[in-house]
Amino acid sequence: MPALSVQDLHVRIKDAQILRGVSWSVEHGQTLGIVGESGSGKSMTVLAATGLVGPPLAQVTGRAVLGAPHSSGRSSGGPDGPASATLPDGGGQDLLTLSPAGRRAVRGRRIGFVFQDPATSLNPILDVERQLTEGLEEHLGMTRRAARGRALELLEMVGIPDPERRLRAYPHELSGGMRQRVMIAIALSCDPDVLIADEATTALDVTIQAQIIDAVRDLQERLGTAVVWISHDLGVVGGLADEVVVLYGGQVVEQADVLTLFAQRSHPYTEGLFASRPRLGSAGGHLTTIPGSPPDPRSLPAGCVFYDRCTLRSDPRCATHRPELVPLAPGHLVRSFCATPVRDAPLDPEETA
Amino acid sequence: MAFVLRRVGHSLVVLLGVTVVVFALVHLVPGDPVRIAMGTRYDPDVYAALREASGLDRPLLEQYVAYLGSALTGDLGVSFRSGEPVTTILLSRLPATVSLAVAGLVVALVVAFPLGVYSALHHGKASDVIVRIVSQVGVSVPDFWMAMLLILLFSSTLGWLPPSGYVPLTEDPVEWARRVAMPAVTLGLVAGSIMTRYIRSSVLEVLGADHVRTAESKGLRERVVLGRHVVRNALVPVLTIVGVQLATMLGGVIVVEVVFAWPGLGRLVLDAVAARDYPVVQGAVLLVAAMFLLVNLVVDLLYARVDPRIKVSR
Ligand SMILES: Nc1ncnc2c1ncn2[C@@H]1O[C@H](COP(=O)(O)OP(=O)(O)O)[C@@H](O)[C@H]1O
Ligand code: SF4
Ligand SMILES: [Mg+2]
Repeated sequence: MPALSVQDLHVRIKDAQILRGVSWSVEHGQTLGIVGESGSGKSMTVLAATGLVGPPLAQVTGRAVLGAPHSSGRSSGGPDGPASATLPDGGGQDLLTLSPAGRRAVRGRRIGFVFQDPATSLNPILDVERQLTEGLEEHLGMTRRAARGRALELLEMVGIPDPERRLRAYPHELSGGMRQRVMIAIALSCDPDVLIADEATTALDVTIQAQIIDAVRDLQERLGTAVVWISHDLGVVGGLADEVVVLYGGQVVEQADVLTLFAQRSHPYTEGLFASRPRLGSAGGHLTTIPGSPPDPRSLPAGCVFYDRCTLRSDPRCATHRPELVPLAPGHLVRSFCATPVRDAPLDPEETA
Repeated sequence: MAFVLRRVGHSLVVLLGVTVVVFALVHLVPGDPVRIAMGTRYDPDVYAALREASGLDRPLLEQYVAYLGSALTGDLGVSFRSGEPVTTILLSRLPATVSLAVAGLVVALVVAFPLGVYSALHHGKASDVIVRIVSQVGVSVPDFWMAMLLILLFSSTLGWLPPSGYVPLTEDPVEWARRVAMPAVTLGLVAGSIMTRYIRSSVLEVLGADHVRTAESKGLRERVVLGRHVVRNALVPVLTIVGVQLATMLGGVIVVEVVFAWPGLGRLVLDAVAARDYPVVQGAVLLVAAMFLLVNLVVDLLYARVDPRIKVSR
């Protein structure tokens, strides 16, 4: 079963429909990429699924099933019971029906998070040691001493030189890349099944970005963690993901494995994201962007929500009906009345990362 | 350590500047200060003696150096009025002022900390609105009015507390507490109202910070998130306002001291100005400035302790 699967997730904040039935899943050891422009609902899918956003601010419906713990190579036994196929969800648990305390026990323990801006996502007045050890103490019941030892290992693991010294450092004493490595160390500290990285490299410059991506890929291979990699940059996602979900206006508009998505992208929005990927070598040059702006979740158009930005819209239903997410080929889902594969030469996504 | 030394040095330089201002005070006043001070009680012999003692005949620079020299040894001159050494007079008033200021600060903190944090955590709810209205009222109520209300209630009506007067803490702690209660509450409610508002907005700001979402994403208990990642960070900027409030209370709170017959620095200055007793005014201003600088120094050092970014940025 998937390490984490989100099913038909709806999020409503006041009169804004932020998410309208988003589903995706990620298998153990695999990477799911979520792409879309800013405001398309990428962050909201993971925040709502894990209870970081919820009532009373937001109404959340749907399911977010966390699979049974991944057993291979696990050293820390943890409090989670053995997987049982007889349980509903096949031994998984729906985070949305869990108590707040139950969700809290999952966050940091079974799901680790890395957020966009490492300059602000660490507490400026606590040293690295405290920020690394508090989760270990909370979830694994480690003593401060044991947690400190583990913290040293973790810093080493994420490629931070001189970990003894870094343990005593405060965030402002570290570079952006180092801070993000610390965040990754925190996220991985309790050996989670799922790592959620929300725009984890967006605030970093290109070289550091590549280093962080390499580090995550390497760690994932060693630890078998499932990764949900969120980015507005299709190029970055392409270099990392096995499966890609394209979000627009709070819905999935296209989903496929990474090669299919790149070679046979079929939604005009995906095509727009593809054309506007920042590429190495286009230094300083302005990027092509998709003209227009994402829909306002408080007043969505009656027809296809991409209608006013769409270059195809040849179908009469475009202006009046909302297209469903339908399979174009096995494992390739598209939400468009005019979905035909773009006939591009197959393209190695690695080259664009 | 270098930071501490630099910060202490900075305070000393400012204090030196204050001595210049204080010294100039007497010389900026038009006319002959001794003559003015004596007023209708003019007596040529006393006049000559006072003039001699105050050294007003000598060149300005020489006078300043002499003033600074004796100030350094704790000699701030003698009162025109009583002939007593100014230092003795100031020291006799200091315990009343300091003990009232500290008591007032304690009241303010006891009120402001829980209310400010509570109000921020419940922001938008009825309880938050009530706290905000009450603290707005607290800020706007004149202190003499508050003092009168307290006296009416606790002395005139209930008869629980003496309406005024001072007993040194070292002499009789219980009696001191009974006497300090009303002036401290008067001061503390005003200062506490101001601090409540600062704490509330500071906590609210930190609640929305990215690092708090990180703390939540780690699955920490709410108590830990609030204590370690919200309140701790929120109190850093609040330190400044706490320092300002304490310094204000140390600087002499004339109205409260007058209403409660509290023999502090505020009343001393008031009386000295009325009597044109310049050496006492000078000495009191110097002392208040020194205490103000000391409080600021302590606040800055505390700041550097709780916020590691400070040492680098200064
Ligand atoms: N706390 C909130 N209150 C109201 N609207 C929100 C809130 N957070 C996000 N939104 C809205 O939800 C939509 C999706 O936001 P988000 O998930 O952050 O997008 P992304 O991560 O793809 O940039 C946006 O329209 C945004 O304005
Ligand atoms: S349904 Fe029509 S408007 Fe919407 S993306 Fe497809 S072609 Fe464009
Ligand atoms: Mg986002």
